Amino acid sequence: MPGKLKAKVVAGRHLPVMDRASDLTDAFVEVKFGTTTFKTDVCPKSLNPQWNSEWFKFEVDDEDLQDEPLQITVLDHDTYSANDAIGKVYIDIDPLLCSEAATVISGWFPIYDTIHGIRGEINVLVKVDLFNDLNRFRQSSCGVKFFCTTSIPRCFRAVLIHGFVEELVVNEDPEYQWIDRIRTPRASNEARQRLISLMSGELQRKIGLKVLEMGGNAVVGYLQCFDLEGESGLVVRAIGTACTLDKISSTYTAAIVQNLSNSSPSKDMKDSPQAVPSALGCRSTHSSPVHSASSRLSQGFSVSVPTLLFAGMKNRHRSSEGPRARQCRAGFGEEAPGVPLSSGPPTPLRAQTFSSFSPSKSYSRQSSSSDTELSLTPKTAPPLHHPDFWLSGQTQRARARICLSPSSPIHQCKSSPIPTTKVPRSTTPPPLHVSQSDTAMLRKSVSFSEDLLLVASGMGSGGSAGKEAGPLKALLRQQTQSALEQREFPFFTLTGFPPAFLLHVGGVVSARSVKLLDRIHNPDEPETRDAWWEELRQEIKSHAKALGCHAVVGYSESTSICEEVCILSASGTAAILSSRFVQDGALDTDHRLSRQQASVFTTGAEKGEGVMGSSASLGFEDVAPPACGFCHIPYDELNMPFPAQLTYCHCCRRHKVPDVLFTTIDVPTEANVTGKGCLIQARLCRTKKKGQGEGNATAISNLLPFLEYELHTQLLNKLKLRGMNALFGLRVQISVGDTMLLGLASATGVYLTALPSPGGIQIAGKTPNDITYEQHISNMQKKINDTIAKNKELYEINPPKLFTLDPDAFRSINTEFVEEVIGSPIPEPRQRSRLFRSHSESSDEVLELDLSHGKKDAFVLEIDDTDAIEDIHSLLTDAPTPPGFYSCNTEIMPGIYNWTSGLQMFTSVRVFRLSNANLTNQGLNKIFNDLCENLLKSLYFKLRSMVPCCLCHVNFIVAVPEDELIQVAVTAVAMSFDKDQSQENGRQSGDKTLMKAITENEEQLQFPLELSAESPSNPLSCAKGLSEVSGPLPSARAPSVDHSSFTDRCSSWIEQLRLKAHTIRRGSIKTMSSLEKASPVPEGRSRSLRSNRSCPGSSITVVKMTPLSFIPGAKIIKYLGIINMFFIRETTSLREEGGVSGFLHSFIAEVFAMVRAHVAALGGNAVVSYSMKECVFMENPNKNQAQCLINVSGDAVIFIRESELEATPSQTQSGNVQTSSNGEGT
Amino acid sequence: MSVELDVFVGNTTIMDKEVYQLWLNGYTVNDAVKVRMEGGVMEECEASAEVLLSDTMDQFRTFQMCERLLQNPAKLANQLLFQIPPDRQAMLIERYYAFADAFVREVLGKKLSKGTKKDLDDVSAKTGITLKSCRRQFDNFKRVFKVVEELKGPLVENIRQHFLLPDQLARDYAAIVFFANNRFETGKKKLQYLTFQDFAFCAGQLINNWTVGAVDNMVEDMDVDLDKEFLQDLKDLKILIADKDLLDQHKSLVCVALRGKTKVFNEMETNFKNLSRGLVNIAAKLTNPKDVRDFFIDLVEKFIEPCKSDRWTATDVNLYLTHYTNSAHILDSFKYQTVWTRYMGVIKSCILRMYHE
Repeated sequence: MPGKLKAKVVAGRHLPVMDRASDLTDAFVEVKFGTTTFKTDVCPKSLNPQWNSEWFKFEVDDEDLQDEPLQITVLDHDTYSANDAIGKVYIDIDPLLCSEAATVISGWFPIYDTIHGIRGEINVLVKVDLFNDLNRFRQSSCGVKFFCTTSIPRCFRAVLIHGFVEELVVNEDPEYQWIDRIRTPRASNEARQRLISLMSGELQRKIGLKVLEMGGNAVVGYLQCFDLEGESGLVVRAIGTACTLDKISSTYTAAIVQNLSNSSPSKDMKDSPQAVPSALGCRSTHSSPVHSASSRLSQGFSVSVPTLLFAGMKNRHRSSEGPRARQCRAGFGEEAPGVPLSSGPPTPLRAQTFSSFSPSKSYSRQSSSSDTELSLTPKTAPPLHHPDFWLSGQTQRARARICLSPSSPIHQCKSSPIPTTKVPRSTTPPPLHVSQSDTAMLRKSVSFSEDLLLVASGMGSGGSAGKEAGPLKALLRQQTQSALEQREFPFFTLTGFPPAFLLHVGGVVSARSVKLLDRIHNPDEPETRDAWWEELRQEIKSHAKALGCHAVVGYSESTSICEEVCILSASGTAAILSSRFVQDGALDTDHRLSRQQASVFTTGAEKGEGVMGSSASLGFEDVAPPACGFCHIPYDELNMPFPAQLTYCHCCRRHKVPDVLFTTIDVPTEANVTGKGCLIQARLCRTKKKGQGEGNATAISNLLPFLEYELHTQLLNKLKLRGMNALFGLRVQISVGDTMLLGLASATGVYLTALPSPGGIQIAGKTPNDITYEQHISNMQKKINDTIAKNKELYEINPPKLFTLDPDAFRSINTEFVEEVIGSPIPEPRQRSRLFRSHSESSDEVLELDLSHGKKDAFVLEIDDTDAIEDIHSLLTDAPTPPGFYSCNTEIMPGIYNWTSGLQMFTSVRVFRLSNANLTNQGLNKIFNDLCENLLKSLYFKLRSMVPCCLCHVNFIVAVPEDELIQVAVTAVAMSFDKDQSQENGRQSGDKTLMKAITENEEQLQFPLELSAESPSNPLSCAKGLSEVSGPLPSARAPSVDHSSFTDRCSSWIEQLRLKAHTIRRGSIKTMSSLEKASPVPEGRSRSLRSNRSCPGSSITVVKMTPLSFIPGAKIIKYLGIINMFFIRETTSLREEGGVSGFLHSFIAEVFAMVRAHVAALGGNAVVSYSMKECVFMENPNKNQAQCLINVSGDAVIFIRESELEATPSQTQSGNVQTSSNGEGT
Repeated sequence: MSVELDVFVGNTTIMDKEVYQLWLNGYTVNDAVKVRMEGGVMEECEASAEVLLSDTMDQFRTFQMCERLLQNPAKLANQLLFQIPPDRQAMLIERYYAFADAFVREVLGKKLSKGTKKDLDDVSAKTGITLKSCRRQFDNFKRVFKVVEELKGPLVENIRQHFLLPDQLARDYAAIVFFANNRFETGKKKLQYLTFQDFAFCAGQLINNWTVGAVDNMVEDMDVDLDKEFLQDLKDLKILIADKDLLDQHKSLVCVALRGKTKVFNEMETNFKNLSRGLVNIAAKLTNPKDVRDFFIDLVEKFIEPCKSDRWTATDVNLYLTHYTNSAHILDSFKYQTVWTRYMGVIKSCILRMYHE
């Protein structure tokens, strides 16, 4: 009985008239928590009733406190008929359960009705008295702090970052229960809202438990989503990063929380993959599950590996400058000679894939073992062509070729990367570790295949789970029981990191999977959904490994559902992290992945040292300055699965960097960026035949690779067009509709000083005879060149002149690879690598051709059909942002530092109807493109009064709500900045802020440094670039992998799965950790704070909202808790409410209002990291009806302007201490 | 292909003053877009017509949603739906309650009834103000009227507090309410030359001096009605014209005072009796509601027109009225000094205001 919840209803205002006769209302209030209900007296005949009720007290379990919302219903008393409900308020009391958050909820809440919207306001006071819970087996996790913010929250420092937590709960959707036929829409909506509120409470509680178990006290980057699966149910799932946070001002006393370090058998397995370094860039895979055999096949070349490689294609494009592109072509050509692939590799590919795939369909269904065999083959095959190439080539090809594949070790190496699939990578030739190469390679290849096997089997199991739960499923479940489970995935939902945490970034890894939904029979056992995600995460992990990375950062998951088909997507950025925030034992991820896959795990720190050592031995004793360290490739240059051009880092000139870098994270604060960045979007629309069930799923998964490939091509082209070389915050959304697939990739392009300057774009025509054609091409070429030049000016990209390093310098460093690589990539390396890899002849030829092209840097776009021309046109039609505007989808815009306090968060939604059913892909593309462009233009226009300003965190959500509808919703914040400064002192002030940040960081680092004393190697002394970071060099990872045979691997993997099945995932295992809740201490303080701030009743607190994690010019002094709200609004009088626009407009405004009210009631004055995760809109104009669901979240905070800052008291740490001591107990 | 739904919602509600004005003016979205295009926003911001249309529609919708709140401005300040900075709120309210002089002249003094509302299309046609805008203005008048009608205390203050209007606007509304309540005739041809501000000024004078509230603002009744007792007392002034001696005495006093000070002395001398009769008769008849309505017409016909035809300047009028008023105080047999002061003070300032040269 650990909690007493107290609520008091004070007054109401602006109530609606419920009694027509008197034009007044006889209102009373019901306050309900769990199953207990209290009522106030009726306040007769008033629209502004004063109830001033007594305190209603609920004595409840803290478990219920976490799960249940406080439900307040305002009713109109009616003597003769039933009382009419005016509306409700749901209050999430979670913030009160955490000692450091809010202590009382008090304020005016909008009274909300799902049919009528907001109907007046009610003033309520809520408090909680928590008792200490000494029960070790409790189910609650009060006290764990949740943050939507995807970086370490501003007034905390990270002591430890434990890693990935996830949870998922399912239930029947009330909207689809039989009872829905007889109840009112209102009742149904309310049932749904309540259920989701309950489910998210439960979810949060369960995640909290996991965090406690890991020894953490907070979840950062908490991302919760709903999947409305219709008939088959309702899924609420969440992921986050468990951390131990410490308030910055507090003296840190205690305790590193103990993590269970588990060395599960599985770790070994995992290690192996690491051994295989691979590409950076994106790898995306699609795994279509069991259902659509064909789809699956098409995707992974290997049946077993659900991954799709088209990404590889893209990558290739990106990475490849002219020559490379050719290579690709060549590769394809082999298969289907005569059909040269242009940059956008359209039809021919597809055809190929299909045909080739079809035969294999049967496989997918079969046992995993068979799968694996298959899978292996393809891997080897691809190497033939070109490493990169590979993937795109896809399975079939691979398969066909298998026999061809040479058996030399080298080949194997190459092949290995292939399976990893698509990594958009950078260029090829990696000089560094050659020495190791032979043996290492061999080993690697071996490991690789193992990896594949694993994945393969995983797939099989996942697939089976999907539809009929096969034996595998059972296996899975059992396996999940291992307590190691949390470490299963070295994923981090963070996008911003403490300095020096992020050592290297590999590239984007992503995986998709198409599933057929079926009814969830037992809500308590959502194993199917779990297995689906599990599978996807495994895949991501293996991709990361293939990139030579041991972790995935900026990780997120999403779904798109259309009737019974569901696309699950996961993506992140492969990275190598410093061990400093990750506790030794805790991070088995490290171990697992560590290249030295010793059976005895070294601590993270040790490992770091090891790395250093090895690099030193290679003659790289110099450490990269932190500013460019993250750009350095984490993988082994020799074994890149795809072609990438590597050059020496333009900052430190010692390490290799790719020519292009794609990531899903924010621009690291220490990054050196030249000029400003800009929002880059790739948009694509593909028609699809209507289908049902498996056929439909198959069709979709067949389309996915192409979609993704083209998206990447577009991104790359647009990036080049802007003269930039890196993408941050990449987010690719694929939405399914009945008749089409939509793809939208958004990212922020920047010019990273460390990376080479991108070459231009060169257009090549295919029909040289035609003079007009040539003219056309040269015109186009001119336009493109002009655009690039203009863009460079616009974004102030004037990179420092390429350093003209004397090649000799390099030589001395790198004796073995003298010829390779100076400054900009030279064809030479490629040839060389070719030799190494024994390319097929055809590809060789292509290469030669490429070389003949004058511009080696140039990225060649070939126009050989109308498609390509369209592409180029669309490339050029992207309107530049109007003067005074910048835009990005990351937190901040590099190059702008002097923000003013001008801030405007907004949400804009558009729905577009395609009236013409017979649209071609091009037509659709154009429409979709225009839609997005126009939307952006409208935003610029709307916000013109804020100029100069930057749209930050521009977040697009696309959906296909109906056959011919496209819906685009954008949430972003416009922030104005001071122009003069930006031009004149911009740099300086930027430096200043940077410095500031750094000092802060230092502060933050204090503890970790102490910690690291035990573990000697933290070479990163952070800050100001004085310190040196040792990036673990690829070489380090090469060595001592001891791989057993494949079969062994397999079995161990299965074992691992079994273990996993036993985990606490369901929350079925009781945790031993006990967290005490300290209510009293902080209360006094924060109280006083509040009282200054909110003068109750009278005027309304202005609440700022922003999707960013900070507020410019202000300091966040307190986090009050997470805001996570779900609303449904329905109308049966659409026309009267102003049509769909009027309806949605008021609904969104109402949602904002409710968020603000809740924040204000918590005593806050802002919401940071605000996001709208769901906006489902359905209409039926004929019936004059519409319905909309919106889910929003964010962190409620108190901020104060920096000018007032001096006055701020430094605050409490008591909570921390307590938690940490709890941690010790664990 | 069409945009089916297009919505923009800012945490801080974005409102463009210019668009707001177009909305208030009752433009349709399309007309508003045209006006804006002509205004040159597009060139300024590189916007296309489409963008402009979208923006205009969106803002119009926002205004529509706000309208409910604007009709009860006190709610605007403590509602939660729209987050609008206080200065913006003030702007919104002020503009919403602003009215066109041309319009108000048409309606001033009319009963704010449904009948009048029905005639608004004529008003609209005549003034060139859109019907929509006419309705809004009319409804504002009516709303303010209804709220204030029942309230005690000073009229202007009530309006200002209830509708959060700036001082000047509150005064104007007070005038409108006052005129509507007393149904002063303002539409006659002879009154056409007067502006709303002329009337508003007069209304102010009447409210401040002739209502119950003017004497004692704690009284039950309010500023809206004229002080009945005072109107009764005005009858006593008749003696000034009924008693021949008094009239002559009065005339000679005024003549002595004015001689040599004005060019129109002769005309004044000849007209004195007429003018005095006119003014005193107006006073005497004010107990009759019908004559109250004609108050302004009477002023014009009985005083202003004769003076005009004699080419008096405003200074002449001022001089005359000053001495005319003061001389009465010197008359021994005239005992109604207080009433006279209260009456003539208002009459003098009204006439001066209404006397356009």
